Amino acid sequence: MKKLLKYLKNYIKESIFAPLFKMLEASFELTVPLVVAAIIDKGIANMDKPLVYKLLFVLIGLALVGFASACTAQYFAAKAAIGFSKELRSDLFRHINTLSYSDIDRLGTSTLITRLTADVNQTQTAVNLFLRLFLRSPFIVIGAVIMAFTVDTKVALIFAVSIPLLIAIVFGIMFGSVPIYKKVQKRLDAVLKITRENLSGVRVIRAFNHQQKEIEDFEEHSEELKKAQLFGGKISAFMNPITYVIVNVSILLIIWSGGKQVDAGRLSQGDVVALINYMTQVLIEIVKLANLIINLTKSMASASRISEVFEVKASLTDDGNTPVNSQSEYAVEFENVSVIYGSAEKSLDSLNIKIPKGSTVGIIGGTGSGKTTLVNTIPRFYDVSEGAVKVNGTDVRKYPISQLRNMIGVVPQYAVLVSGTVRNNIKWGKTDATDDEILSALEIAQAKDFVLEKDGGLDAPIQQGGKNLSGGQRQRLTIARALVKKPEILILDDSASALDFATDARLRRAIKNNTDNMTVFIVSQRFSTIRNADIIIVLDDGDVVGIGKHDELFENCDVYREICTSQLYAKEEVSANA
Amino acid sequence: MLKNKGTLKRVLSLVGKYKILVFISFALAIVTVVSQLYAPILFGKAVDLIVGKGNVDFPAIEKIILKTLVVIGITALSQWLMNLINNRITFRVVKDIRVRAFRHLQKLDVSYIDSHNHGDIVSRIITDIDQFSDGLLMGFTQLFTGVTTIVGTLIFMFSVNVKISLIVVLLTPLSLFVASFIAKRTYNLFKKQSEIRGEITTHIDEMTGNQKVVKAFCQEENSQTKFDGINDELSKYSLKATFFSSMVNPCTRVINALVYAGVGVFGAIAVINGRFSVGQLTCFLSYANQYTKPFNEISGVVTELQNSLASAARVFELIDEKEQTPDTEKILENADGSVEIEHLDFSYTKDKELIKDLNIAVNPGQRVAIVGPTGCGKSTIINLLMRFYDPDSGVIKVSGENARSFTRKSLRSNYGMVLQETWLKSGTIRENIAYSKPNATDEEIVAAAKLTHAHSFIKRLEHGYDTLIGEDGGNLSQGQKQLLCITRVILSLPPMLILDEATSSIDSRTEIRIQKTFAKMMQGRTSFVVAHRLSTIKESDIILVMNNGKIVEQGTHESLLQKNGFYAEIYNSQFAVE
Repeated sequence: MKKLLKYLKNYIKESIFAPLFKMLEASFELTVPLVVAAIIDKGIANMDKPLVYKLLFVLIGLALVGFASACTAQYFAAKAAIGFSKELRSDLFRHINTLSYSDIDRLGTSTLITRLTADVNQTQTAVNLFLRLFLRSPFIVIGAVIMAFTVDTKVALIFAVSIPLLIAIVFGIMFGSVPIYKKVQKRLDAVLKITRENLSGVRVIRAFNHQQKEIEDFEEHSEELKKAQLFGGKISAFMNPITYVIVNVSILLIIWSGGKQVDAGRLSQGDVVALINYMTQVLIEIVKLANLIINLTKSMASASRISEVFEVKASLTDDGNTPVNSQSEYAVEFENVSVIYGSAEKSLDSLNIKIPKGSTVGIIGGTGSGKTTLVNTIPRFYDVSEGAVKVNGTDVRKYPISQLRNMIGVVPQYAVLVSGTVRNNIKWGKTDATDDEILSALEIAQAKDFVLEKDGGLDAPIQQGGKNLSGGQRQRLTIARALVKKPEILILDDSASALDFATDARLRRAIKNNTDNMTVFIVSQRFSTIRNADIIIVLDDGDVVGIGKHDELFENCDVYREICTSQLYAKEEVSANA
Repeated sequence: MLKNKGTLKRVLSLVGKYKILVFISFALAIVTVVSQLYAPILFGKAVDLIVGKGNVDFPAIEKIILKTLVVIGITALSQWLMNLINNRITFRVVKDIRVRAFRHLQKLDVSYIDSHNHGDIVSRIITDIDQFSDGLLMGFTQLFTGVTTIVGTLIFMFSVNVKISLIVVLLTPLSLFVASFIAKRTYNLFKKQSEIRGEITTHIDEMTGNQKVVKAFCQEENSQTKFDGINDELSKYSLKATFFSSMVNPCTRVINALVYAGVGVFGAIAVINGRFSVGQLTCFLSYANQYTKPFNEISGVVTELQNSLASAARVFELIDEKEQTPDTEKILENADGSVEIEHLDFSYTKDKELIKDLNIAVNPGQRVAIVGPTGCGKSTIINLLMRFYDPDSGVIKVSGENARSFTRKSLRSNYGMVLQETWLKSGTIRENIAYSKPNATDEEIVAAAKLTHAHSFIKRLEHGYDTLIGEDGGNLSQGQKQLLCITRVILSLPPMLILDEATSSIDSRTEIRIQKTFAKMMQGRTSFVVAHRLSTIKESDIILVMNNGKIVEQGTHESLLQKNGFYAEIYNSQFAVE
């Protein structure tokens, strides 16, 4: 939380005024019992009606001034809290934008989203409550005790005993129930998990006739949840009765010892009433304070979740400040490249190859063989652990990241579109693309026909994630998005998997014919997609097991041959078509 | 509120199951309130006995104190019991309704689950029921006691002094009025705030979820600008909403303070006039405080209740969803493997015709391949065979009889299904394999795993077959998950098989190894195979060619090639590229 407090720095004035005005309000509240005591002791005792009416105006005045300062305080508190969350949210979002692929992989997207939304809101509420209550409640409690002591030290001793007792019990119950509520939350999560599982696995569950078993499981977990809830309820059920007993017994004690003081002439009837009033005020404030503290502990958890994200320093550094201008006959060179993620296992082991400009490179291998890792090193989505990747003869780490990535068009494995229109999705590739440029990119990507058939054409709406399109349509739009900036290097990461063979073939032909000297990397599991590539790189479990053309590899590389034969029925057909 | 009437009735009928507990709870509430209201009267009487120096009636005070202690004891005890009972009722009702909703979910048509957002269903079963439980608990604990307190206070006050009671009665509704006035004003602001919150969450969801694409296209700045724009808007409305809503408290407090002042002053005048005692005044002052509290609470409870009724309505909506057509009694023992589809029509939505007059006859042991581009509706056939969906007209005959004449359970257990989307339950690997046959021995499980070569990766895992699989199969690769799904079916091996791209994520080399297993598995079993690997397709007895959700061609490999239609186009595109 401490680290996040810097987001209040533009709201220092508000953060000081809010609690100050709250204290002002509290001090007006604290004088009310004194006025009532005066009414009883002076007004009633002396039968002084004008004084009583005067005191009425004093009471009304106190109420109104208190109201005014309360309003001011609420305003400043709200302003500070909202300003705090606004700046925090913006900065957190900015920070997340600087994280690298591997950082995001490690953190997980869904947790980043909850941190940006729910957690930030929670801290906002906490700041607001904190500014409003953290001075007020202790001030009233302590103030009431001090006031009680000014009325009578002996009777006030009752306060000195009962208030710590009250605090101990209220806070004890509150904090005692925190772990139980955590347990309740955990069990609720378990119930949630079963529900989610049953939705995503509905077919399998029904196919294997597990419905009854699932219901039993669910019932069991719900029962566990209920038990935890009841247990938590049992503890908090003590709260009201116990505080009620303490406060009222204290009042009885005040009456008894107050009575003695009055009898001895050291105290008046009005004073006793004032003391009783202070006792009730204290009770109300302590309960408020306990709630505030519970709220703050919850927010502490949120705050530390947010700080965790801030602490993740982007592992990718953007050193290149000056644009690189270098030429080379090779578009991309891999020099002894190895990539290791987290563990010791290499995802890619010592790759050495130079790719001449304008060539088509096919990369093939089973799942987890390192294909995506290989292409991700080019636009620096991941940095190499050893060796170097060069683009146009210069190490990619020397480029400003934006310059590097603008040279490269990437079509990722999962076709991702954003909500908006076809046009603004394609414009991600090139912000100032004209309609002609967009249409020609769509044409190469084999997407022009279906786009133009849509209502609105280029302005046809796209729902979040491209839900209103089929898998194949999404993939073609993501290809067009990469093509529109006319990149020097195009990376197709298994991005035609949802296309039927015919479209896939047409697509590759169109890319070949319509792009000038563009170097194309095609990652695929289907050998038919890459068989005509100028260079084929065969990967197996991170190792480079073959580099060459289709014929050579089919002849010499066992893994490659296995892949081909597994995808084709007969060997003859492969050689016949080769 | 009227709209909620039906919901309210149903909630009450759910609660009605615990009639006796509810009755006891109400009785305890009355005891609590009455004794709670009696205490201030006793305090007032005691204060009256403390008149001044040498004028304190200690024996009488002693009597009152003893009486008060009993009253306090009764209050605390009945309050405690009431809390326990309310918890019990609430959490039992909640568990009941949750289990009922989940049970219903298992009986809903798959089409319901397919066509509804899973997040929405989950939030009905989890969040909505939770909201409902909060409202119910609050309703029980505060609504009833609140109302009794108000009524009780009125009776007590009027029985003591009518005039001063009128001050209280006339002034307090003001605070209600102010509160509801503010609530109405802030409602729109809050609505606006949650709208913008929704907007910002969508943006966060989209941009954080697709960080990789954002980076690939250097869209960080644009996304930040848009974010900051929404964020500014959000903070503007949040400030207003937070400020106005936080005004409720000072407003009601100022009115409370005015009531308090009125009672204090006019009470004092009455005392001077001799129609009232100081003790009665103390008692009234404490009533004035107590009396307004339930009003504020009740307005809070009513909003909470309305929320919770809205949530309950969403849950009931789910529960009211039409169940699948009831099963017949007949059990399909051991299917002979023949499947005939006769004049079958089917569509997901009425306005979009999908399958029209489909006729297929499959003899026992035959292999049917379903071919076509992704998204062409291959899974529709599976949906119909497994009776996840029922045809609009026409029949599917299994073992010569209409599939609908058998129980779903027995029909489905005659099919072994492996889907492209691998679904595993969170649990151990052993549990997942045994999913098809819960009573399988360890030997059987290992034998099945060896057949699919899953054994080799399982035994390398730290805990072998007892390795826990996270939600959605988290820690396994897609290929490994698919192997487990195949193993799951191998273990039970029913007479008919459905394989939907069952090996799509398995690398080619492993695939070759399990081909043998597949061949053996399909031997003598009727199988429906969705595949794009040619080897699998060519060996099939019947090939169904689908496009755009429709079956466009049907025949053997040779006959379809001769026909030179869509199948031929697909086939040629794979082999005669460029």
